[in-house]
Amino acid sequence: MKTVEEIKAAIQAAVPGAGVEFVPNPSPCAQHSLRLTPGRAVEIARFLRDDPELAFDFCSNVTGVDWLDKETSEKVKVKRTVNKTVDGVEQAVEETVEETHKHVEPGYLEAVYHLYSMAKRHGPLVIRMRTVNRTDQVELPSLTPIWRGAEFQEREVFDLYGIVFKGHPDLRRILMWDGFKDYPMRKDYVDPDDYEYEPTAHDAVLKRAQAHQAAAEK
Amino acid sequence: MDQDLKIELGKQGVFVTTLEELYNWGRRSSIWPMQFGLACCAIEMIATTMARYDLARFGAEVFRPSPRQADLMIVSGTVTKKMAPQVVRLYNQMAEPRYVIAMGACAISGGPFKQGYNVLKGIDRYIPVDVHIPGCPPRPEALMQAFITLQKKIDEQHLTGEDRPRFLDEKAQGEFPVPEPAEHDLEPPSNPGVWSAPVVIR
Repeated sequence: MKTVEEIKAAIQAAVPGAGVEFVPNPSPCAQHSLRLTPGRAVEIARFLRDDPELAFDFCSNVTGVDWLDKETSEKVKVKRTVNKTVDGVEQAVEETVEETHKHVEPGYLEAVYHLYSMAKRHGPLVIRMRTVNRTDQVELPSLTPIWRGAEFQEREVFDLYGIVFKGHPDLRRILMWDGFKDYPMRKDYVDPDDYEYEPTAHDAVLKRAQAHQAAAEK
Repeated sequence: MDQDLKIELGKQGVFVTTLEELYNWGRRSSIWPMQFGLACCAIEMIATTMARYDLARFGAEVFRPSPRQADLMIVSGTVTKKMAPQVVRLYNQMAEPRYVIAMGACAISGGPFKQGYNVLKGIDRYIPVDVHIPGCPPRPEALMQAFITLQKKIDEQHLTGEDRPRFLDEKAQGEFPVPEPAEHDLEPPSNPGVWSAPVVIR
């Protein structure tokens, strides 16, 4: 199989202007992946399937990842002039002050596809797509028209993470019931408070059980 | 009736019984379970009915595909919150007298999946359970033990009096409310007429 960098170059040659980003995996397995911009993803996927050399004809796995908002803070030294009274005389003195800058990287949802080739017996190729944010712009193009086997798995990702796949033939919840409103695999999901009987509770469950008991006693 | 006299008469070829005994003997010797399985415990339940363990010895080999013809519901496996309304509905459709065996860790408490978002923490929150079997999954011997326990329980039931079973008590609750799947959880999360949280003494 071509390396992931070579596949990226092949994609860019075949689909001009396609946004493809190489995502390295620094761990020993070195399973690098490609991040596709959602706009051209269907074209790229069709190329990956139909190209005679790559021939990724089998989508073995579709899953979701929830990336929460990331808050980073860094300390910056800033020079500024401050008016100070030194020895009874008011002077402009230059001082170095440490300031903490906080900035929030907005979170996003990610869909990850693992592709194999039955014809060429190679794989996996990992491709990813990211939504704009986690709340209102959670749409990604569906790859079910390319790989029919992705249908149920995209439904599952929709059910548990809330990614809306545009172009999916039948996007309904698959595991939870239709009236269910939450997305249980998201990191900020809070499960219903049914901790009234926890005979062997410990750690997180113990805290929830104690909170339930405290609320019940009020 | 005096037990010694009964045995003595039996030796002489005279069979003496009471209506209650005869009635309970008939019921406990033909407990027909309902044919449904929910998860891996069902495989053990199937094994119990096969030749090696031979559930037919207890008169329980006829698994009925219809709740109308079944006496016993074996809740064999994980009850998901999506499945729970259907299990309660099937129980409601069974004719009295009816019994429930909760088979395995999942059916009695949620088991290894207890803290999951989609698993009911025990079917006894919605329907009355007669015998609980622990195990993950319980061995066929454990299921047979549950059958023997249930038979003993049926044998001890009196047809009249305060402790008569539910199906002979006109005032007893016959239909159990089916939980509705709501926006975040099943509604209600448990049936207070059947289940209340046991007190944990630490």
